[in-house]
Amino acid sequence: MELLTVNHLTKHFGGVKAVDGVSFAVEPGEIIGLIGPNGAGKTTCFNLISGLIPPTGGEVSLQGESLGTLAPYYRARRGLARTFQNIQLFSGMTVLENVLTGCHQRQEVGGLRALWPGAKARRAEARAEELARELLELVGLAEKGDFPADALAYGEQRRLEIARALAQEPQLLMLDEPAAGLNSRETEDLMTLLTQLRERGITLLIIEHDMTLIMGLCHRVVVLDHGQVIAVGPPATIRRDPRVIEAYLGRED
Amino acid sequence: MSAYLLHLAILGGIYVILAISLNLIIGYAGQVSLGHAAFFGIGAYVSALTSLHLNFPFPLAALSAILFSGGCGFLLGLPTLRLKEDYLAIVTLGFGVIVDLVFLNLEITGGPDGLAGIAPPRILGVSFRAPGMYLLLVLLAVILTLILTYRLVNSYHGRALRAIRDHEVTAQVMGINTPAYKVAIFTLAAALAGMAGSLYAHYITFINPESFGLHTSILALCMVVLGGMGSIAGAVVGALALTVLPEMLRQFKAYQDLIYGGLLVALLIWRPEGLLGKGKLSLKFISRE
Ligand SMILES: Nc1ncnc2c1ncn2[C@@H]1O[C@H](COP(=O)(O)OP(=O)(O)O)[C@@H](O)[C@H]1O
Ligand SMILES: [Mg+2]
Repeated sequence: MELLTVNHLTKHFGGVKAVDGVSFAVEPGEIIGLIGPNGAGKTTCFNLISGLIPPTGGEVSLQGESLGTLAPYYRARRGLARTFQNIQLFSGMTVLENVLTGCHQRQEVGGLRALWPGAKARRAEARAEELARELLELVGLAEKGDFPADALAYGEQRRLEIARALAQEPQLLMLDEPAAGLNSRETEDLMTLLTQLRERGITLLIIEHDMTLIMGLCHRVVVLDHGQVIAVGPPATIRRDPRVIEAYLGRED
Repeated sequence: MSAYLLHLAILGGIYVILAISLNLIIGYAGQVSLGHAAFFGIGAYVSALTSLHLNFPFPLAALSAILFSGGCGFLLGLPTLRLKEDYLAIVTLGFGVIVDLVFLNLEITGGPDGLAGIAPPRILGVSFRAPGMYLLLVLLAVILTLILTYRLVNSYHGRALRAIRDHEVTAQVMGINTPAYKVAIFTLAAALAGMAGSLYAHYITFINPESFGLHTSILALCMVVLGGMGSIAGAVVGALALTVLPEMLRQFKAYQDLIYGGLLVALLIWRPEGLLGKGKLSLKFISRE
């Protein structure tokens, strides 16, 4: 079954059709690239999928179930995780604590028991910390767990955001321009990390302008322009698609 | 201990509970609250009224105060979910003023005269009327509050609250049910403030609206800011300091406001995070970013 189905998704901001009848699907284990010129509506798509803004029309389904108007925190519990184009870390927390927030949904207990976190909660916390440290290791931040999050270099902050999203153990991880602002070495590190995630079978939906990264990583690419899907296919085909070339290059008119 | 010191210690303990409860809202969850004294007052009046009119023994009166005040916190918490910070400031401020007016104008609350003759506590036949005994009772409540809040803020709850304070939308994306947390923390803080109010009423044995107005809300806010946002130890230090300091400054009565103002300004310049705090007072609702 399709993991994520986006069906005729539409979002208008006043007169601007930021997302205009977008449909595509993501199969489990797939790496999908979402590309398009600036202002094409990519981030708006992410915001719609994660439930941060309500759509003007259309719907998003996860594993065949429509998410309707479900709040972002319930969507997270259904298995959606994401990062942000402009990094959004919890700046008042340490690096480790940031990752631990990703574990929150599995630590919660209901009712009045929540008022008195006891031995069980401490065990869950210990497990969460173990996972968080593993993830920090994976993204190359093992030594920096106790640093304040905002003391990290830019590239490290991007990787921390990915670790935090991974801590949610998501069905689908959405990355919004993970290579933006990275130098070439950091981009290579990122590429290595994403390849590792692919090998772990994690399903990824990636917005990115770095074509080397997209072409090297993705199984399929969805191209957006002016809020509409203008092409879908494997990277090699997309690269030669005249409409895609025009959207990217034929802009000066 | 001299009677006077005992008196200060009892009041200090009560304010410690009040300051800790307010710190949960503003220091941990990062929400504005300018009417916290209302819950202190609701607790005091409910406890006094149930013991005066319904002959509730102290434990039952205190429990009523906690539950009723917590219920009011829940009800105030619900609409505030949809409010941005600046409106939250206005709504909580308005709530404080309205509750104060209710105390002042209802017949059952005794209007401006308030309520007198509130019975000192008696639990299982033991009287806590003597100041030494009362201090014991207050200490017990303080310790209970400390244990409860320490456990909460040092668990995943504390992290969730700080996530909400740092970045609410991102907290939601992490799977944190931010509306539930905000309402829960308003409820809990109000319940604890209600307990403080109950302890206050049965100690002073006479209450009137004056003790629960805007200046008490501001005093509680100052305790939190002085001690440190997002630090329970800070709230303790802040509450004790602002209970004792006015007494020490008594002989300089004329200059008291001047000294306070000076201290607050000095604090904001040299240690804006308070004596023991980590986060700074969020003034986002004044200076929009
Ligand atoms: N909150 C908003 N209010 C109004 N317009 C918006 C908002 N968010 C995005 N837009 C507009 O929608 C269009 C698509 O934006 P966006 O999704 O950020 O593009 P991309 O991520 O592909 O660069 C742009 O024209 C942008 O100005
Ligand atoms: Mg974007």
